[in-house]
Amino acid sequence: MEDITVKQLKNVVVLFSGDSGDGMQLAGNIFSAVCAILGDDICTYPDYPAEIRAPQGTLGGVSGFKIHAGRDVMTPGDHCNVLVAMNPAALKRMKKCLAPNSVIVIDVDTFNAAELQKAEFTTDDPFEELGIKNEVIAAPLSTMCLNSLAKMTDMPNKNKLKCRNIMALGLVCWMFERPLEHAVKMIKEKFASKPDIAEANIRVLQDGYNYGHNVHASIAVRYKIEPKIPQKGTYTEINGNKALAFGLIAAAEKSHLELFLGSYPITPATDILHELAKHKSLGIKTVQCEDEISGCCMAIGASYAGDLAVTSTSGPGICLKSEAMNLAIMAELPLVIIDVQRGGPSTGLPTKTEQTDLLQALFGRNGESPMPVVSATTPANCFDTAYMACKIAIEHMTPVIVLSDAFVANGSSIWHIPSLQDYPDITPHDVSADMASKWAPYIRDPQTLTRYRAIPGTEDFCHVIGGLEKDDETGKISYDPQNHETMVEKRNQKVALIAKDLPLLTVKGTPDADTLIIGWGGTYGHLLEAVTLLTEKGEKIALAHFQWINPLPSNTEEILRSYKKIIVAELNSGQFAAYLRMKFQNLPYMYQINCVQGQPFEEDILTEQITQIIKEK
Amino acid sequence: MIEDTILTAEDFSNGVKGRWCAGCGDFGIHSSLKKAMAEIGIPPSKTVVISGIGCSSRMAYHLNGYCFHTIHGRPIAIASGCKIANPDINVWTICGDGDSMAIGGNHFIHALRRNVNINIVLLNNRIYGLTKGQYSPTSERGFVSKSSPYGTVEDPFRPSELIIGASGEFFARCVATDGPGSVAALTAASKHKGTAVVEVLTNCVTFNNGSFERIYSKEAREENALYLEHGKPMLFGKNKEFGIVQHGFDLKVVKVGEGGYTLKDVLVHDAHCTDRTLHTKLSSLEGPDFPLVLGVIRDVAIPTYEEEVENQIKEISEKKNYHNFDELMKTQTTWTIE
Repeated sequence: MEDITVKQLKNVVVLFSGDSGDGMQLAGNIFSAVCAILGDDICTYPDYPAEIRAPQGTLGGVSGFKIHAGRDVMTPGDHCNVLVAMNPAALKRMKKCLAPNSVIVIDVDTFNAAELQKAEFTTDDPFEELGIKNEVIAAPLSTMCLNSLAKMTDMPNKNKLKCRNIMALGLVCWMFERPLEHAVKMIKEKFASKPDIAEANIRVLQDGYNYGHNVHASIAVRYKIEPKIPQKGTYTEINGNKALAFGLIAAAEKSHLELFLGSYPITPATDILHELAKHKSLGIKTVQCEDEISGCCMAIGASYAGDLAVTSTSGPGICLKSEAMNLAIMAELPLVIIDVQRGGPSTGLPTKTEQTDLLQALFGRNGESPMPVVSATTPANCFDTAYMACKIAIEHMTPVIVLSDAFVANGSSIWHIPSLQDYPDITPHDVSADMASKWAPYIRDPQTLTRYRAIPGTEDFCHVIGGLEKDDETGKISYDPQNHETMVEKRNQKVALIAKDLPLLTVKGTPDADTLIIGWGGTYGHLLEAVTLLTEKGEKIALAHFQWINPLPSNTEEILRSYKKIIVAELNSGQFAAYLRMKFQNLPYMYQINCVQGQPFEEDILTEQITQIIKEK
Repeated sequence: MIEDTILTAEDFSNGVKGRWCAGCGDFGIHSSLKKAMAEIGIPPSKTVVISGIGCSSRMAYHLNGYCFHTIHGRPIAIASGCKIANPDINVWTICGDGDSMAIGGNHFIHALRRNVNINIVLLNNRIYGLTKGQYSPTSERGFVSKSSPYGTVEDPFRPSELIIGASGEFFARCVATDGPGSVAALTAASKHKGTAVVEVLTNCVTFNNGSFERIYSKEAREENALYLEHGKPMLFGKNKEFGIVQHGFDLKVVKVGEGGYTLKDVLVHDAHCTDRTLHTKLSSLEGPDFPLVLGVIRDVAIPTYEEEVENQIKEISEKKNYHNFDELMKTQTTWTIE
C-alpha cells in the first residue's frame, strides 16, 4: 500500500451539506459528538433553509452542518478542510466555504444531468463551471448504500438510499481517524425503536469507513487532530436552546419555585418549549398558548401565583408581547422573557442569525419602561445566562430579557456539567408575616427599591395591583403628576441598582493594548478569535465582551475611557454603539464594525476590518 | 383545616366605593359578586380577581381579595396562567364585551377549548363606555355611535354562540339589576369545574341607555324572561302560563292549556346534556316572539386543563427516573475525564 499524507492540525472544519431531507444535521451531530467525546473542543453551526422541504435538489433546499473541532475552538470556522456535498446544488451553495486546500467529498451518483440541471448548472462539468480546482473524492455513495444493504431484502431501495448521510459519515470518520464505537452507540440510541434502520445505518457507517481504508490510494490526505490536554469533569455537548432550558430548570430548583413556560412556536426559539415540555417529572408546566401575547400573559399569571415564570420567543414575538411585558414592569412581577434573535424586520430571515433586537429589547415599549437585558455569549454560556436572569428577576421583582440568537441557539459547544452547589442561592423577595399591618404593594426595600411579593393564598396580604399608575406609598391608583415622576424615577433606579449584583466587565488581551474591541452576546467566539489572531500578529488589542446590557457593568465607563480606540463590532447597523454613545458622552474614538447579512462574522473579513481601523490615524 | 367562620359579602369589600356612573349596572353586579363569593365560602386570601380594561374591569379595585387589574383583552390569559400555576385558588375574570369579544377574542375561545377552571364574568353592555361611546362587537347591526354615526354595517357576536361553539361547558346569563338571579348564576359558575362564563347584561346609562329594556326591570323580566332551572319545565310569564315546546325542528312558545298543549308538552331543562344543540338554541332565543333565557343554560362536567396537567406530571414522574437537576444530567450523553 502506498502511504498517504497525514496532516496534523490543531483544529479542523468539516461541512456536511446536501438536500434538506438528506440528514445532514444528523451526520453532523454525530460527528461533532464523536469529536467531543474524544476530547476535542467543538463548535457547530447548522445552516438550514426556512422551508422544511424545498424542491429536492434545488439551491433553495440546501442544508448544511458545520463542525469545528480541535484545540482553542471558538467559532464554527469560515473555511472547511473537508466539504461533503451530497448533490450538485450543495456543491454550488457551499463553494464559498472552500479554501484552496479543502478536500471535497461528493456522492458521484447524484452528479448526473438531471441533478446538475436542478442546481442550475449549464455544463456537464460543475467543477470547471465553478472554477473549483480542489481535490475531489468522488465516492458512489448511493450505489454503495444499495450494495451494502443488498441482503436486507425487506427494506425498499428508497429507504436504503436514506442511509447515504451515514455512509458519508463513515468515510469522514476514516479521514479523521475517528473510531466508530461512539457513532455506533449514538445510532443505536437514535433508532432504538426501529432496529432495522439502526442496523442498516451501522452497516453503512462501517462500509463508509472501510471504503476510505480500501481506496485510500485515491485519497491524498488524511487528518489527525492534535489531542488537547483535558480538564477533569463530566462533559456533554449542548446547544444554546437546550442550555437555556437547563438554566431555567436549575434556577427553579435553587429558588424552590415551580417552573412555568408560556410559549408559542417560533423559529429559532421553539426548541426551548420542546425541551421543557419533555421534563414533566421535574414538575415543569409548559403551555403552548394560542398566541405570543397569551404566552407572555399566562407567564405573568403564573408569576403572580408564585411560579418562576418564563416566556420564550423570537423578535416578532417580542413585538406582540411588549404590551404585556410592560404590565410586568408596572406590576413589578418577576418574569423571564427569552428572545432568540433572528433576521428581521417582519418575518425577515427566520432561520438566520442577527443581533438586531437590542434596541427593541431596551426601548421597544410605551412609556419609560426600564427592563434588565442580558445576552448569552456561547451555547454553553446560555445556562449561566438563564440562571442569572432568573435570579435577578426573582430577587429584584422585575421582568428580565434574555437575548440569545439563532447562532447561539442552534450551535453547540462542550459544556462542563456543573454542580448546583457552586451556584448562588436564589431567594424570592417575599413579604413576612410581621409586615402585614403596615404593608402596601409598592413598599420597597430601601437598598434595592424592590417591592415585596405576596402571592395569592397568603393570609392578611390581600391587595390590588395593576397597570395603572400607583401611589408611591399606598399603592392606590394615583394620577398625581409629582407621584408619577417619582414612580418613573424609582422604576429606573431599581433597574440601575441591579448593577451592584452584577460582575464587573473584564478585558481579555494584552495589558498594554491601545485598541479595545467591544462586543456583546453571540459574537463572543468570533471576536475572541479575531483578538487572539491579531495579538499573535503583534497588534496591541484587547476585547471587552458584554453580557449585561441593562444595567451595564459599573466599570464600563472607566474601561471605555482607558483606550485610544474602541471598536464596537456587532451583527446589526450599530445598535450597541448607539446605546453606549447615549450612555457616555464624548467618545470620538469609537469606531464600528457592522454586518447585517443573517450570518455570523467571517473571521477573515473581521480581522481585516479591525486591522484597517487600527491603521487609521 | 375546616373554615369555621361564615363569610359575608362585607368580607369581600375593600371599602373603596365604585366610581361608575350613577345608575350603572356594574354597581348591581359588584354587590351580587360579593354575595356570591360569600356563599361560595372560599376566603378572600384564596380568591383571585383578574380584570381587563373597561368600566367593568374597574371591579378589581373594589373587592377584597388578590386583585389584579391588567391590560385590555388579556385577563383570561393571565387568569389561565394563574390557575394552572396554582389550582388551589379560586380565579375570577372580570371583563367586558370589548375585552372578551374583540381585542381578547382569541384568549376567550381558547380558554373555553382548554377548559381551565376559571370563572369568567362577562359584563355585556354592548358599548365601549370607558372610551366614551363606540359600538362594540355585541352592538346590533345599524347601531349608531360616535364611531358609527350612520349606523354599523356589521353583525354582532352572540356571546352564547361563541361560548358553546368554542366547546364551553358552562354558560349562564343574568341581568345586572337582578340580584338573586345574578348571585345564583355566579355561584353556579364558581362551583362548576372548568371554564365557566356568566354573561351579565348590564345597562350603560350614559352611552347605551335602554339597551336591555325588555328584561331590565323586574316587571319586564316577568313578562319576557325565561329562568331556566335544571330538571324544571321551561315556563315563563307572570303566572307561568307560557311554556316552550318543540315544534318540528324549531321551538315554539305556547300557552299551557290552550291549543291542545299541556304541561307535559313543555320542555324540561337539562343543563347537563352533553349535546350542545338545544343549549345553543335556547341561548339565542330573543324577542319579540321568544323570551330571553336567563339562568344556567349549560353545565357539563369534563376534566379541567389544570387537573390533566397535574395528572400528567404525576404519571410521568412515576415513569421517569429523574426528578431533579442532577438526575436530569445523568440522562444526558456525557463523558467524564478523570
